[in-house]
Amino acid sequence: MALNFRGPDAVPLTLQINGEAHQVLVEPRRTLLSVLREELGLTGTKRGCGQGQCGACTVILDGETAYACLTLAIECEGREIVTIEGIAQGDALHPVQAAFIQHDGYQCGFCTPGQVVSAVALLAHTPQPSEAEIRAGMAGNICRCGAYPAIIRSVRAAAETMAEQEG
Amino acid sequence: MTIHRFAHADAASLQEVVAALDETCLPLGGGTDLVAMMKAGLMAPERLVNLKTLPDHHGVRPGDGGWRIGALMTLADLAADPAVAEAPALASLVEAVLDSASPQLRTMATLGGNLLQRPRCWYFRNPEVPCWRKGGRRCFAFRGENKYHTLLGGGPCYAPHPSDPAVALLALGAAVRLSGPAGDRTLALDDFYVTPTRDAQRADGYHPVTVLAPDEVLVEVLIPGSAANARSAYVKLMERGVWDFALVSVAVNLALSDAGQVAAARVALGGVAAVPWRATEAEEALLGGSLTPEAIDRAAEAVVAGTRPLEHNAYKVDQLKAALRQALRRWTAD
Repeated sequence: MALNFRGPDAVPLTLQINGEAHQVLVEPRRTLLSVLREELGLTGTKRGCGQGQCGACTVILDGETAYACLTLAIECEGREIVTIEGIAQGDALHPVQAAFIQHDGYQCGFCTPGQVVSAVALLAHTPQPSEAEIRAGMAGNICRCGAYPAIIRSVRAAAETMAEQEG
Repeated sequence: MTIHRFAHADAASLQEVVAALDETCLPLGGGTDLVAMMKAGLMAPERLVNLKTLPDHHGVRPGDGGWRIGALMTLADLAADPAVAEAPALASLVEAVLDSASPQLRTMATLGGNLLQRPRCWYFRNPEVPCWRKGGRRCFAFRGENKYHTLLGGGPCYAPHPSDPAVALLALGAAVRLSGPAGDRTLALDDFYVTPTRDAQRADGYHPVTVLAPDEVLVEVLIPGSAANARSAYVKLMERGVWDFALVSVAVNLALSDAGQVAAARVALGGVAAVPWRATEAEEALLGGSLTPEAIDRAAEAVVAGTRPLEHNAYKVDQLKAALRQALRRWTAD
């Protein structure tokens, strides 16, 4: 049995993003980040370093956070992709988003989509995190403004809100 | 940062993978190193084979009283696997994995890829700099900015190996199983890693630090049963508190007798050589004695035997001593 190579010319892909199937025609060299932003207009996911060193492009793949800038789109077929655009329920903000607004969990806001996505995934796995768990869970998202104390407060407040809603 | 054009295939069997691999067709694991290398224009394979779609090598199995770890396990899955996380003997491996990179990178990166990472040296990663390791004529770190560079093993390349798990696994006495067209071979990590030399150069100009052939795949990491009766620790010193490469790291694996004497010792160092480095002098200093303050002092002196600092990295000599003391003091009764 031989390997079935696709490309280097564009190949049709079906990507499941925020609960919807999207068809795109892209070369295998395209990253998930470039397909989200340039093919699908989902520009909430930010391109920071483009080298997997800043976390601005964080998305959720099958329940786990990943850097879209180092993920090839062709390897995302059949996976559940959640971007920052899929975090709110319609016009109702996710408790993490509301907490970032209430507690000023950002300054310039560029890293915020990645921070929010990481916090949502963290609280899905660890609903009542300690401060150490928040710091460890958010370690892959750099904030060059240095809003870390407010980010940690925001995540803790979101955990409390979510616990109340559960209760 | 546009990546060059390439073709891509999902692997279904190891046989078809090793039949396809050569200098122009590379295996792709989590992509956290290779995709970044391609984005920087430092590598340009014509074809990539996605190993993650292989049916095997994604889990931990018992083997010969020890453990057999699939090389396609992600770092996150490895640290969370009960067979690993709940084994006291593997404490060093779990620490090394959780000290690696960031949560996002740990869910992406595979263990095999982590062991095969290319150096993070700023000269190596700069496509404008024709450094020796990637086929150029000299190492720019040797007389340049070498704060993060090596103390041991000498040149021609002074970039440290970036893996944390490799250091813990070397101290655990681990081996790797490699699969190629002619079959499998198993090598101790001591023999798998080789310091880069002028003799060994790939077709793409790069100097390798392992004996992995272009048509071989690292499929499994084997931790021997002898490690199961010992205790282990991993200490990593970084500039940041998290998500940083080691300035230095020390992994220790000790078997203590009932009387508290060191019956077996393996010590490995990270951040200080082009490959994960066995500290045999420190092992000899520890063997047969108990972990008294004097014995720890002797081991700390022995661990820096043979170090030759560059202009900006002498601080690493003191750090090595401190990291070894920190590791050994976990088992002293004070």
